[in-house]
Amino acid sequence: MLLIDCPCCGLRPETEFRCGGQAHVARPEKPVDVGDQDWSEYLFVRANPRGVHAERWIHQHGCGRWFNALRDTVSDRFVETYPMGGKPKSTTTEARA
Amino acid sequence: MLDDSLYARRVSPLDGAAKPASLPGGVTVRQLKPEARFSLRVKAGAPADAAGFALDQKINSIVVRGGRWSARLGPDEWLIGGPEADAQLIAEEVEATLRDRPHSLVSVSHRNVSLEISGANAAIALNAGCPLDLSDAAFPAGSATRTLLGKCEIVLIRAGAEPSYRVEVWRSFSTYAHGFLVEAAFGLQNAA
Repeated sequence: MLLIDCPCCGLRPETEFRCGGQAHVARPEKPVDVGDQDWSEYLFVRANPRGVHAERWIHQHGCGRWFNALRDTVSDRFVETYPMGGKPKSTTTEARA
Repeated sequence: MLDDSLYARRVSPLDGAAKPASLPGGVTVRQLKPEARFSLRVKAGAPADAAGFALDQKINSIVVRGGRWSARLGPDEWLIGGPEADAQLIAEEVEATLRDRPHSLVSVSHRNVSLEISGANAAIALNAGCPLDLSDAAFPAGSATRTLLGKCEIVLIRAGAEPSYRVEVWRSFSTYAHGFLVEAAFGLQNAA
């Protein structure tokens, strides 16, 4: 079974986790100043890369905490996990292992 | 806090179904007596005590002292238990020490049902539905964590070194969890 490294609990089985989509999508500070095109892109358009992707995950059946993870969408390998509000050590453009 | 000692009548959802019985593989599954349990949520920060337990215990660990226990399930979540007669006392003690900090203390005594699975092969039976590594290295004595058993969420507690696990499960899932563990024990017989 795939093990995911929860920042609170350590390595835990993947069935305890849920994915919450792309990470680091910032809500515009003043939505009223944002045009329809930009707003709809903020709401609906995501990166969907073939390779390393920054995602939000929650340890639903564990500590119940959200955290961020870099995951390779081709191999399903987790490059690293890091706390909410943090920055990853590696970059998303890092060469795939 | 609401005084529930005056009207609470404990009716187990497992009455009749959960007679203690020795199962194949030397595994025993039984229901534990009703206990008082509280879910405590408070932001981790300055060291403090709650019902006699220091809040800074390790995440996913359990401390047992004098009939009471405290399991830290996350950075800001504790499950505190004790004898049913102590319910009011535990609540008052927590309120007394955390008076100045925003916190929430919810009695979940009636929501939870405690099962115990013990015997040398207990971990193997649990692993039929629980994906955790239950080896001594990964889940030593003093561990407690929320996890899954089959399709339901449980809190799995291993207080001592002996192969005896406590399964805290919501009462509406308890017949499922109990049946699952008994079935898993029968699976041990076929595997042997």
